[in-house]
Amino acid sequence: MADEIATAEPTTTPSETLDKVVIRFAGDSGDGMQVAGSRFTDASALFGNDLATLPSFPAEIRAPAGTLPGVSSFQVQIADFDILTAGDQPDCLIAMNPAALKKNLKDLRQGGTLVVNTDTFDERNLAKAGYDKDPIEDGTLEGYRVIKVPMDELTKEAVKDTGVSGRSVLRSKNFFALGLLAWLFHRPTKPTIEWAQKKFSRTPEVAAANVAAFQAGYTFGVATEAAKITFEIKPASLRAGTYTNVNGNTALAWGLIAASKLSGLPLFYGTYPITPASDILHELARHKNFGVRTFQAEDEIAGVGTAIGAAFAGSLAVTGSSGPGIALKSEGISLAFMMELPLIVINVQRGGPSTGLPTKPEQSDLLFSLYGRHGESPIPVLAIASPSDAFDMTIEAARIALKYMTPVLLLSDNQVANGSEPWMLPDVDAIPPIDVEFARHPNGPNATFLPYMRDIDTFARPWALPGTPGLEHRIGGLEKEAITGNVSYDPGNHQLMTDTRAWKVANIVNDVPDLEVNGDEDADILVLGWGSTFGSIRAAARRVRLAGEKVATTHLRYLNPMPQNLGEILHRYDKILIPELNTGQLRKVIRAEFLIDAKGLNKIAGEPFKVSEIAGKILEMIK
Amino acid sequence: MTAPTYTRADFQTDQEVRWCPGCGDYTILASVQQFLAGLGRPREEFVFVSGIGCAARFPYYMNTYGMHSIHGRAPAIASGIAATRPDLSIWVITGDGDALSIGGNHLIHSLRRNVNLKILMFNNQIYGLTKGQYSPTSEPGKTTKSSPYGSIDYPFNPVSLAIGAEATFVARTLDMDRGHTQELLQAAYDHEGSAFIEIYQNCNVFNDKAFIQLTGKEERVHNRIDLEIGKPIVFDDGAKAIVLREGQATIVDSSKVDPGAILVHDPTRPDPAVAFALSRLSHGPYGPTPLGIFRNVHRPTYESQMNAQIDAAREKLGEGDLSRLITSQGTWTVKEASSNGG
Repeated sequence: MADEIATAEPTTTPSETLDKVVIRFAGDSGDGMQVAGSRFTDASALFGNDLATLPSFPAEIRAPAGTLPGVSSFQVQIADFDILTAGDQPDCLIAMNPAALKKNLKDLRQGGTLVVNTDTFDERNLAKAGYDKDPIEDGTLEGYRVIKVPMDELTKEAVKDTGVSGRSVLRSKNFFALGLLAWLFHRPTKPTIEWAQKKFSRTPEVAAANVAAFQAGYTFGVATEAAKITFEIKPASLRAGTYTNVNGNTALAWGLIAASKLSGLPLFYGTYPITPASDILHELARHKNFGVRTFQAEDEIAGVGTAIGAAFAGSLAVTGSSGPGIALKSEGISLAFMMELPLIVINVQRGGPSTGLPTKPEQSDLLFSLYGRHGESPIPVLAIASPSDAFDMTIEAARIALKYMTPVLLLSDNQVANGSEPWMLPDVDAIPPIDVEFARHPNGPNATFLPYMRDIDTFARPWALPGTPGLEHRIGGLEKEAITGNVSYDPGNHQLMTDTRAWKVANIVNDVPDLEVNGDEDADILVLGWGSTFGSIRAAARRVRLAGEKVATTHLRYLNPMPQNLGEILHRYDKILIPELNTGQLRKVIRAEFLIDAKGLNKIAGEPFKVSEIAGKILEMIK
Repeated sequence: MTAPTYTRADFQTDQEVRWCPGCGDYTILASVQQFLAGLGRPREEFVFVSGIGCAARFPYYMNTYGMHSIHGRAPAIASGIAATRPDLSIWVITGDGDALSIGGNHLIHSLRRNVNLKILMFNNQIYGLTKGQYSPTSEPGKTTKSSPYGSIDYPFNPVSLAIGAEATFVARTLDMDRGHTQELLQAAYDHEGSAFIEIYQNCNVFNDKAFIQLTGKEERVHNRIDLEIGKPIVFDDGAKAIVLREGQATIVDSSKVDPGAILVHDPTRPDPAVAFALSRLSHGPYGPTPLGIFRNVHRPTYESQMNAQIDAAREKLGEGDLSRLITSQGTWTVKEASSNGG
């Protein structure tokens, strides 16, 4: 069994207690920085810190080693209070090679701690990173607390008796870095050791090498007093409950499985692999014992097509993709809208247009989601605000799709999908079930079945599954006659059906909870957000209040229909600010719908807002 | 208790059939309805899925479950039904444009997966619903509205394509031969997995008499090669025979070969080479053309394997438990809230 590392002597290095710290692991995309970051995060979560993470990696799986485009990084903020973002500026940077240093040093806080792997700072790597001189020697690093570590050599030494050889040896150096960080920030070591042993149980020599490197990194810190000071971050005082650390894609996949349980419908996920949505497929494919059927289709269109078929046949049907794939699915989504079948469409947004920035966050598919289909086809649109929010919003998407017999678009983005945060686990037995009633009997005269006879409250049409005797019927993309569902080219009928479909979706507003205003209700300024900017906006508002000013915030999870009290809230404030990672898409909608002179803070740089950017804009608007 | 009996009328809807008078689709509709009535299975078991095109109206006329979907996507949509509902009999109605042009990708992938779909491709070698452009099966040089100087597209041979796509059942028939059509429908129904039937269908408005060499009184006797299981392949009243020469199916005078050298038809050969060779006897309905079942082999269906994985996972791990799932990445407990924070 793994235990805490028992060192010969306890560390004698003095320690300082911090309320929060931002750490960034940066290295070559083959250096295992995502693993190092996730392990550090999990150990911190189990220790009880609040945290938020932001991975950043190139779209190339392995860009040329040692180059700037090949740098992959993982940022985590840990704190003893409830933080909302992964932090603006690292307090500590781990640079595994010159390229990682070059790309990330500008972000490191003045006076921050810098851990460098000196073994990689040779002429070749320096040249690849664009350094004329060695930055370790030429004064570039003045003003930082630098910890120089010959990490390659020390890792080789540490793993020499574990049985790994050749190129595998240096693969463990991320664990060396992790060990050193565990010492520097007083992290528990047991979770990391246990994880390595379990993860690599099939290759015991790799497990042994990683554990040995981890221990060597830790011991290096103790023995050499690598830093003059170490840091402690006490556990956060979160609300009482049981927590897990979860990213948005995983929480979303679990939300789908939960919705399947709650509705009693088997889950079907038809999809085509695409960054950053693929991890939803990977997670779902593991859980066949929940009756989950994943279908890796030949293309995006078949992804939505198979889901439409599964919906017709009685499954909780889902398709998922990112922007380019959703564009391909557009015709299928309109078909589901026309046939009025329940379907969840997940869009994990990324930088666009076209292939754009596949691994970077952006919120630029909002107008596309609201309006991007041919014909009059309004569909409900929901947006996830944070990684842990994905679970609830996914269940909500299923609830709306099934109750109203409609496709629902669920928006996530790369920041939600790959970012992680502690999630207070719900009591799954207390989540209200999703009632689904299939048509069992004829509903028309002479024992006929009328597939477009609607429920008087929801306007939903009946869901009659193939195999049900007496309810044989045909649906399709041609305009339907009201009630009978027969093909109809009648002008008045098309008007009626177009209006009815729009009413049905607008009527969903009755199930949309009222918006709540957070912060100073009597402020002059309201910050309105949607999607993954939630944390940055809340954190910015806190900062503004600390500066002695008043600010209110509110966040949209329902983009169509929007909450009933949105207009009333907007009209209560003199100034409205809408920060978005696009050129102003929600602002355009708000201005059009509510005739309000909302201002925007817009950024489209492939990275989330810094808290300081939003706080600065709020303060500027207050003055 | 006797099994219920059905008539063709049980499978007809009250919708007015709207194809051009004289269209081959009428005959195919009658064949399918008659065949289903003869099966003695209740109509709620059947689902007809179509894409877009003249043939795609078909589901509206079948008193079963049905979906008239979007262009080319019927095999994908039907795959979603089949993957989740192995209890149903699912039929895809498509045309040469729908299946081979806009929907070519879905066709080949559903065939290779061996999803339990019966795909009936009505091949009229023309675009009918858009009023007469050349299709992916039109003959080279064909003059149409969109090819006034003659088509420069080289056509698909649909049977070759299906065999190349790893299909487990591939056949060809003619719209006006209702008996032959129903025989193939029965074989397709009995087959476990994807079945692809190319049905030569006359479009009397835009491409009349395209199949005259197989249907004309004079011509058909010389050109129609009936593939009969277990029998030597001969045609033209026995005057011509098929032999294999250097891997190619070759037409010879029956009188000039040893009867033992004539190819005996066996669509169950595991290797598709002979079936493919037979499909290359013609590249369209011009001259001697085989009709019948080219290939009929067994391979587990997609949905049976999908369900076997689910059953195995449940057997091994038990029915999924949501509480266990959401705690599977490790948890920690915060005992009581304090006032720290902000």
